[in-house]
Amino acid sequence: MKLEELRKIREKTEKEMFLRDGKARIKVVVGMGTSGIAAGARETLKTLLDEVAKRELKDVIVSQAGERGLSSYEPVVSVFEEGKPTVVYGNVSVDIARKIVAEHVVNGNPVSDNVIEVNS
Amino acid sequence: MSIYRTHILVPVDEGTVQAGVFEVKRKLEQAILQKGLEKEVKVVESGTVGIQDKGVILVVYPERIYYTNVRPGDVTLIVDEHLLKGHIPPGIKHRTLDIQAGMKSLHNTGLTRQQKRVVLDKSWKIAPDNIREVLAAGGYSALEKIFGEKITPEAIIDTVKKSGLRGRGGAGFPTGIKWEATRNAVGDQKYIICNADEGEPGTFKDRLILEGDPHKLIEAMVIAGYAIGATKGFVYIRGEYGLSIERMQKAMDQAREFSLLGANILETGFSFDLEIKKGAGAYICGDETALIESLEGKRGNPRVKPPYPVTNGLWQKPTAVNNVETLANIPQIITQGSEWFHTMGTEMCPGTKVFTILGHIESPGLIEVEMGTPLREIIFSYGGGISGGKKFKAALLGGASGVFLSEKLLDVHMDLESLKENKAVLGSGAVLVMNEEASIPDMLFSILKFYAHESCGQCAPCRVGTHQLLQLAWNVREGKGQVEDIDTMMSLAELMWRSSLCPLGQSVITPVKSAIENFRDEFVLAVSHNQVS
Ligand SMILES: Cc1cc2nc3c(=O)[nH]c(=O)nc-3n(C[C@H](O)[C@H](O)[C@H](O)COP(=O)(O)O)c2cc1C
Ligand code: SF4
Ligand code: FES
Repeated sequence: MKLEELRKIREKTEKEMFLRDGKARIKVVVGMGTSGIAAGARETLKTLLDEVAKRELKDVIVSQAGERGLSSYEPVVSVFEEGKPTVVYGNVSVDIARKIVAEHVVNGNPVSDNVIEVNS
Repeated sequence: MSIYRTHILVPVDEGTVQAGVFEVKRKLEQAILQKGLEKEVKVVESGTVGIQDKGVILVVYPERIYYTNVRPGDVTLIVDEHLLKGHIPPGIKHRTLDIQAGMKSLHNTGLTRQQKRVVLDKSWKIAPDNIREVLAAGGYSALEKIFGEKITPEAIIDTVKKSGLRGRGGAGFPTGIKWEATRNAVGDQKYIICNADEGEPGTFKDRLILEGDPHKLIEAMVIAGYAIGATKGFVYIRGEYGLSIERMQKAMDQAREFSLLGANILETGFSFDLEIKKGAGAYICGDETALIESLEGKRGNPRVKPPYPVTNGLWQKPTAVNNVETLANIPQIITQGSEWFHTMGTEMCPGTKVFTILGHIESPGLIEVEMGTPLREIIFSYGGGISGGKKFKAALLGGASGVFLSEKLLDVHMDLESLKENKAVLGSGAVLVMNEEASIPDMLFSILKFYAHESCGQCAPCRVGTHQLLQLAWNVREGKGQVEDIDTMMSLAELMWRSSLCPLGQSVITPVKSAIENFRDEFVLAVSHNQVS
């Protein structure tokens, strides 16, 4: 094996470890309380994971969190980005989840129709 | 490509194995399957994380939360509540990781006490027996840098010298100077030896590195070999460290497979190989010259110095012997530079130090902090204070050949210079904490028992002296002694210091003198029981 090959292996596996570094650019968190799950939060979470994997986004963490009492808006997804206000989305269906990744996470444009809260 | 949203690290070491880690792991994997989370949650077996007596531990990323004392019955709750629903189940003990990995964390916990991790940067983080994870976490990037940028051996030695790295095996000798002397010594064959004998009772910092990040040690030894001009190295591992030996062996096999060890490393033309040697369990074999004798297949008796191993080491060839923790600093000194190393610790003693905190302490285990951290912080902030709400009485610093400190010295800074000013030593970095109920004469007795057992018997002052000391300490402890016995102990230890052949016999004076000087009242009280009755 040569140096170049070593570098390639390293790059390929970096994504794996990144989760344990805590150095994410963006963190996408799905509310997964009982009512969230009832409203389909599991599917939303899986879709987010899928999209992030498909696009090979290297610096995004998808994670789960407890409920925040916004039950009429479930599934609720929050997008945390360093140096920017946190955007909270409501009624995030599978389609909206795809849109959030494509438009907000990748291009930095929040999907305004589904925003229910902006916290700085 | 599929990704996991959560990684759960399951640290495996003797302690967690005893506490039933594999049962918990099996339950965990079952519960994850049951909830259909197997594509989202990854379970990783990792090395020990240095927490003692807290049962089975589970570390959850990216939340950076760890559970302690996890029982098989807790697993369903953790999976249902935490992994599925995202909140920590009530009633299950957990804490947030307070180590300073990845620095800029989105999940900053606001904890004030952050450990600085260099040597242990990858424990808590990787599966040590998966070289791909190791590479992803930055393993072997120092080697990559050296060969990629064609850095010369002289330049490496220069960087290590400028870094100010000093031996972590006890003596504190500058590593760069040791390497330079070995490089400059005349010899057709040179060796690098990693001292992983770790004979100090209660200490397990080297084991943590061996088990948790063996690849770091391999990388460091390849670099050392390249720097000093050695093509062969030995890792001398304490025989009882079964898991360390196993992990090291596996890591070496993987490194060879990836061309990071062995002939023609990364097709650069440089060859270097390693071999593991099992120590037979004598404390004296941790002394570098005794270790070399043992490696040569002889009884582990220390040699008279000089000549030193750097000129006349293994089979009389120039040899650099370095402690595990010392070597573990090397890769990052190479990748981040000597100036970076000086951003930690003190001017004369840069970098970090791993301490083993044990005894009457709330959270026993290992911590890595900057050199020069006050003892008080180590005991009360990192160690969580004295267990059971008792009061502090004494700390024994540096293991069996260490120093008894009283409360007066709690504010001493833990670096070689400050300790020396206060007649103390850093030694292996063991901090044995004793509460108000501990008996110093008892403690000294058990240390002397250790010495009497470990004296190799080669020279009379130590062979005879250790047993006489033990007898005297027994008399004192049992209330059968005289006040004069206390002074006899002092003069005996002093005689041994002057006339013993090796540092083992010479060092008895350190615990004896500090115990008697700092806690004389207790010794006098012990013998006075004799007068009374
Ligand atoms: C009795 C005795 C026991 C020792 N045990 C150890 C040991 O277990 N591990 C270790 O690294 N050094 C031990 N040392 C120190 C070694 O002789 C040597 O100084 C050290 O391995 C050098 O490495 P360093 O410069 O990286 O510290 C011991 C020394 C003596 C006198
Ligand atoms: S001082 Fe003790 S351990 Fe050292 S050579 Fe003499 S008898 Fe052996
Ligand atoms: S233990 Fe080292 S030779 Fe006996």
